[in-house]
Amino acid sequence: MTTTKLFNEYKELLPEKVLDDIKKYLPDKCTDAKAKIIFETVYGEYKRSIANPGESVGLISAESIGEPGTQMTLNTFHFAGVAEMNVTTGLPRLIEILDGRKTIKTKMMEVYLKKSHSSGKEVKKIAELLKETTLKEFLKEISINIMNMQMTIELDENKMKSVGLTTNKITKTLSKLVKGFKFKEDKKDPVIIVTPSSKDEALNTIYKLKETIKHVYISGIKGITQVLPVKRGDEHVIVTAGTNLKDLFKHDFVDTERTISNDLYEMESMFGIEVARQIIINEVFKVLDAQGINIDVRHIMLVSDAMTMSGSVLGINRYGIVKEKPSVLARASFETPITHIINASLVGEVDKLNSVIENVMMNQAIPVGTGLPGLITKVK
Amino acid sequence: MWSRVQISSGPFIIKTKMVNKINQVKHNLIPLHEKLSEKDRTALLEKYNIESKELPRISIKDVAIQHLDVKEKDVIKITRKSHTAGTTTFYRGVVND
Repeated sequence: MTTTKLFNEYKELLPEKVLDDIKKYLPDKCTDAKAKIIFETVYGEYKRSIANPGESVGLISAESIGEPGTQMTLNTFHFAGVAEMNVTTGLPRLIEILDGRKTIKTKMMEVYLKKSHSSGKEVKKIAELLKETTLKEFLKEISINIMNMQMTIELDENKMKSVGLTTNKITKTLSKLVKGFKFKEDKKDPVIIVTPSSKDEALNTIYKLKETIKHVYISGIKGITQVLPVKRGDEHVIVTAGTNLKDLFKHDFVDTERTISNDLYEMESMFGIEVARQIIINEVFKVLDAQGINIDVRHIMLVSDAMTMSGSVLGINRYGIVKEKPSVLARASFETPITHIINASLVGEVDKLNSVIENVMMNQAIPVGTGLPGLITKVK
Repeated sequence: MWSRVQISSGPFIIKTKMVNKINQVKHNLIPLHEKLSEKDRTALLEKYNIESKELPRISIKDVAIQHLDVKEKDVIKITRKSHTAGTTTFYRGVVND
């Protein structure tokens, strides 16, 4: 077929996706003449839909996201598919992402497993292994013997087995983390005997220890409070509440190439700014999609491009991208004008009036649309 | 990535870069990062009539470019997968901050 010739001809002119779409929908028996008409129409349509130079795309994005945003239900905390896990969605989450908050309400990870582990048999076991556990989870009983100044901790054997722990291991971690007490393991039963290391220790301290020792970290990954194995397609994924990619990646069953977190800053530090950009797009899109709101991805892409322009994630507020604006007047026009103007006058900043808002203030033509190009003439 | 080398004659500590030891971070979401050659870099900057600091920025410490052995003012070419266009290219100038 000679349509390949046409494809080559338009390779430079049309984006890859459009060419793929044409390839997909072009009928088999299409004659060359007809194919050429199709290509010409598509190219014309494509040319028409490109934003013109000087188009205020940011304003259009703001309106396109803002208007449907008013229709979003406020404060929806709904369950993401499966019960138990509480997830921030809706407007609070959207604000969280776009503000570039350092601490987000519900941190989550999607842990993908390597092919050899994702079949389903081991998934529950692995999930348990990831969860941060304190001593509380393995306890059967704690009792204090006042006469001997002794505390006995009785452990649950079944629970220890499920994460591959022994009484010995727990005793070791306890003696490492809790100072001022001696830990001894019973040889027959899963029991740990605790005695104060110095004799003049008051009974009071043992009582205090009884409460605090319950919260001592034993195993798992710090920060992960909940785990949930979910089936996705033909493999199993573990969704976790709480993130800690660094410690998670020490386990060799984790597929580090696909595992993601919903914490922008964590993803940025682990994988770089480009991944943070993609995560912003994905997360915003997820929120809007869940609400049944259709916003063109291009608007969201523009927002996330703006947020990652400086090489690190900046929120859309006066501490973030507004602070990066080169013009004093543009910064002052947003929030806290007096501080900006005072600081600028102290260091003698110059405003070149290159952007829109400064020129609005100055009552001049703004560099947008037809106001953008200037006329240059040859002077004789 | 940095290793400290002690020079015996004085108390100076010199940082040397161990290029071979840097492992490239891999993730499905990381697009292809390439360092532009000097020739391509000037051609790009000339085409758009800009300086490299006017490009969108990328930190020199960014994890995704550690294996490229970059220095300040280099330009990184990023080939992204895009929902809307298939693949798109994007440029970032390396900054040290």
